[in-house]
Amino acid sequence: MLGGECPKPCKGKWPTPPFDPRFPNQNQTRNCYQNFLDYHRCIKTMNRRGKSTQPCEYYFRVYHSLCPISWVQRWKEQIKDGTFAGKI
Amino acid sequence: MAYPMQLGFQDAASPIMEELLHFHDHTLMIVFLISSLVLYIISLMLTTKLTHTSTMDAQEVETVWTILPAIILIMIALPSLRILYMMDEINNPSLTVKTMGHQWYWSYEYTDYEDLSFDSYMIPTSELKPGELRLLEVDNRVVLPMEMTIRMLISSEDVLHSWAVPSLGLKTDAIPGRLNQTTLMSTRPGLFYGQCSEICGSNHSFMPIVLELVPLKYFEKWSASML
Repeated sequence: MLGGECPKPCKGKWPTPPFDPRFPNQNQTRNCYQNFLDYHRCIKTMNRRGKSTQPCEYYFRVYHSLCPISWVQRWKEQIKDGTFAGKI
Repeated sequence: MAYPMQLGFQDAASPIMEELLHFHDHTLMIVFLISSLVLYIISLMLTTKLTHTSTMDAQEVETVWTILPAIILIMIALPSLRILYMMDEINNPSLTVKTMGHQWYWSYEYTDYEDLSFDSYMIPTSELKPGELRLLEVDNRVVLPMEMTIRMLISSEDVLHSWAVPSLGLKTDAIPGRLNQTTLMSTRPGLFYGQCSEICGSNHSFMPIVLELVPLKYFEKWSASML
């Protein structure tokens, strides 16, 4: 059904990733990848500081909506194997 | 969808496609006018006994046939640019749907909320039911809510494909490793057909796209049933 949880600060249900002016054009590859990176970096930093990872949910929601499932699975495998090329 | 003996575009189902239709009518009329004028003048040239062997200059007519084409080109360019910018307007989509091209089928992912994904294969001709369209029907249609702005993200898992739906004025290349975005908005419910538009192997002609645009309530019911 339409309506998952909306990460704070946001009231109501999560609609879909909003327009991101950093990626205004047709090629949204970087939008997906950047949010994936930002989510993992956020989780790593919050965990290191012992804080709640709730603010990282926004990045999760965006990359989960935008990134093809196969890409996310491949990257997760690479992170697990230690072969992921991005800096997290 | 396409119909036998079709000469023009399919009926528009989105505002952009309506604009494109009108622009095409406008430009084609200009093309017809110029062509008939030229043909008429050629026929005049070929059927006259009059000659003039001492032409030195023709400043006036040269000015006219320079200024007039410039004006005509501007009259074509301005509406064209208007539509181009209209297609690039920032809108806030209500839904994001991803489609991945494969050899030789499309797969669709709705991951805004739960993870809903499915494949969409063409129905072989031998398995068509009476009334169904040959080479156009699929087993799982892409159900979408009508009158809502939808962000379509298109990519490929293997070779180049292209995701096209003519009645919505959409055609976007599916490139492996790249995520191409286009905006979909249908003004009416219905079934809208398209076909893969980039050569991708032996079954390139046999991986169609079918969009089923329905009211939001039906879309919500469908997506819940698909999970």
